[in-house]
Amino acid sequence: MADVVVQHSMAEAYEPSLFGTYSKKIGMWLFLLSDSLTFGALLFAYSYGRISNPDWPTPFHRESIINATIMTACLLSSSLTMVLGVLAARRGDRAWTRNWILLTMLFGTGFIVLHAMEWSKLIGEGMTPFKNPWAANVPQFGGTFFTLTGMHMLHVTIGVIYLGVVALRKKWLPILLVIWLAAWLATPADNVFHTGVHVLLIGAVIAAFILFLKPKDYDAHDVEIAGLYWHFVDLVWMFIFPLVYLMSTRITG
Amino acid sequence: MHTVAAHHDESKSQYLWVWGALLLLTAVEVVLAYKQVFQPVQMLEALMVLSIIKSALIIGYFMHLKYEIASMKWVLMAAVCACLCLMFVFFPDAFRVVRLGVR
Repeated sequence: MADVVVQHSMAEAYEPSLFGTYSKKIGMWLFLLSDSLTFGALLFAYSYGRISNPDWPTPFHRESIINATIMTACLLSSSLTMVLGVLAARRGDRAWTRNWILLTMLFGTGFIVLHAMEWSKLIGEGMTPFKNPWAANVPQFGGTFFTLTGMHMLHVTIGVIYLGVVALRKKWLPILLVIWLAAWLATPADNVFHTGVHVLLIGAVIAAFILFLKPKDYDAHDVEIAGLYWHFVDLVWMFIFPLVYLMSTRITG
Repeated sequence: MHTVAAHHDESKSQYLWVWGALLLLTAVEVVLAYKQVFQPVQMLEALMVLSIIKSALIIGYFMHLKYEIASMKWVLMAAVCACLCLMFVFFPDAFRVVRLGVR
């Protein structure tokens, strides 16, 4: 049977969206909703442990809190540069869209590096997912801390790769591979990030699949959706920072 | 890259104000925690109220939810709040464990 070709314009073919916006944006919002439940579950699990253990360790002294505050400022500033990138994309200003997104990625990378250094310091002090040197009877501190902050660090890393795809497209792949190699070779072999940095390689492979199988010129809508993801990562940190760090400060002297 | 008409009034200065407010709220949180202004439970409540204000600013302005239509706002926020609030069901159990004591 011959296909029936229906001639109509787009406006007749589709009803207006119930939510008054384009479907890609609704899709990203739905993903973020489900992702907020993932982080919600991890944060509630952490808080459950925190409440039910009076001996919960408080290892975050002055330097850790200053470090975490700088990390928070990095993420907040990256949200500002991201939103300015979205504004530039709406104006049709390609150069500034790219520049603002690159600045966002720089802040995000700063966050990841600071966080990785802090992880290395805690691991150096003897903290693992199964024990910690501050409270022997609260072994779940390491497990919940590393799961929660590791999941968030993974999201920031994915966000930086995602933004690189939107801003630089195929030019991003060699840069990402160089960053992967440099980070791999720069971290000591006994450091957890010597292995963890391979996330960048997996990210590069997935980004390559997307860029080569569905090459496209990312428009203002795509920039806005990438921005939604990025702001969500920032938003989650706004809960991790007080719950994990500020509620476990160690005040000495 | 085709331009998308901005259907609402937004300017760089507005985003700078929101960014400044977020940094200020973060500073307040750090001072509250470091000076140990409140007892732990009140501290948790104060930090959570500040964090919810911060997340409202991020969702409303940076994620542009303020400019979406009413059904989008309500469906998204009602769904996420309802689902997250359901997780509070675990907390009475955590308090029960505290009362039992760690053995």
